[in-house]
Amino acid sequence: MKENKQETAVETKKPAETSAVELTRDQPVFAPATDIAEREDSFVILCDLPGVDEKHVDITLEEGVLTILGYQDTATPADHEWLYRGYTPGVFRRAFTLGSEADPNKIRAKLAHGVLRLEIGKSEKAQPRKIPVQTE
Amino acid sequence: MFWPESRMFGMDPFAELRRLQREMNRLFEGYGEAECAWPAINLWSNRDEVVVSAEAPGVDPKDLKVTVQNDIFTIEGERKPEDLGENAVTHRAEREFGRFSRSIRLPYEVDNSKVTARYRNGVLTVTLPRSEVSKPKQIAVATE
Repeated sequence: MKENKQETAVETKKPAETSAVELTRDQPVFAPATDIAEREDSFVILCDLPGVDEKHVDITLEEGVLTILGYQDTATPADHEWLYRGYTPGVFRRAFTLGSEADPNKIRAKLAHGVLRLEIGKSEKAQPRKIPVQTE
Repeated sequence: MFWPESRMFGMDPFAELRRLQREMNRLFEGYGEAECAWPAINLWSNRDEVVVSAEAPGVDPKDLKVTVQNDIFTIEGERKPEDLGENAVTHRAEREFGRFSRSIRLPYEVDNSKVTARYRNGVLTVTLPRSEVSKPKQIAVATE
């Protein structure tokens, strides 16, 4: 069955040297809630990035590993005291292995209402091809 | 004595035990409780206003309702699933959908007519100015 494909949608821990960007920041790093769906010709990834401006999102697809980085707006109201802390702003980071099917040239990203929607097309050879059967 | 003297008089001796129990429950539930409450909320205040911010990504502002009654602030709404197209196979579904509602008691009454709410990048920020009636008034002490 399709949904049991191991090579897709498996979370990976990325080595630090390839994503050294956020290590310089003294902010907590969170894994954002993510939905991943696969269609015949593409992957659709939905990622909750509340408080992240479109200028502060970093998406890379290298050797089949997709990395999403989002920096939240950490501004707090000035001259106010904390009453209740339900969340801490920080950095969102998540990495997924998509395998060689994902085509780095076919990524479409949209950020609306704090949700990142990524559509990643599959490379030509990964797409199912219909083979006509000839009858005599 | 197991409880401070000041608590002894006219007080249920088990109140302290219950308080302890509550505290322990909170300790163990910890994040579980916080996760259930969606959206996550931060609250700030000063003498003149309360500022609430809520992480509510993926909610259409049309589906978001903010109400204030005296000192009770309520945020409710609905998060709807996104269209993924036909024949999509789900590999991962961590994002939750449905209706939500959260109420919070503010430290003082606010002026309903001056409340402002803004939704940007999935974060709702509400500013609630304190009502004039609830502001403390300093009384001058006269000397003779």
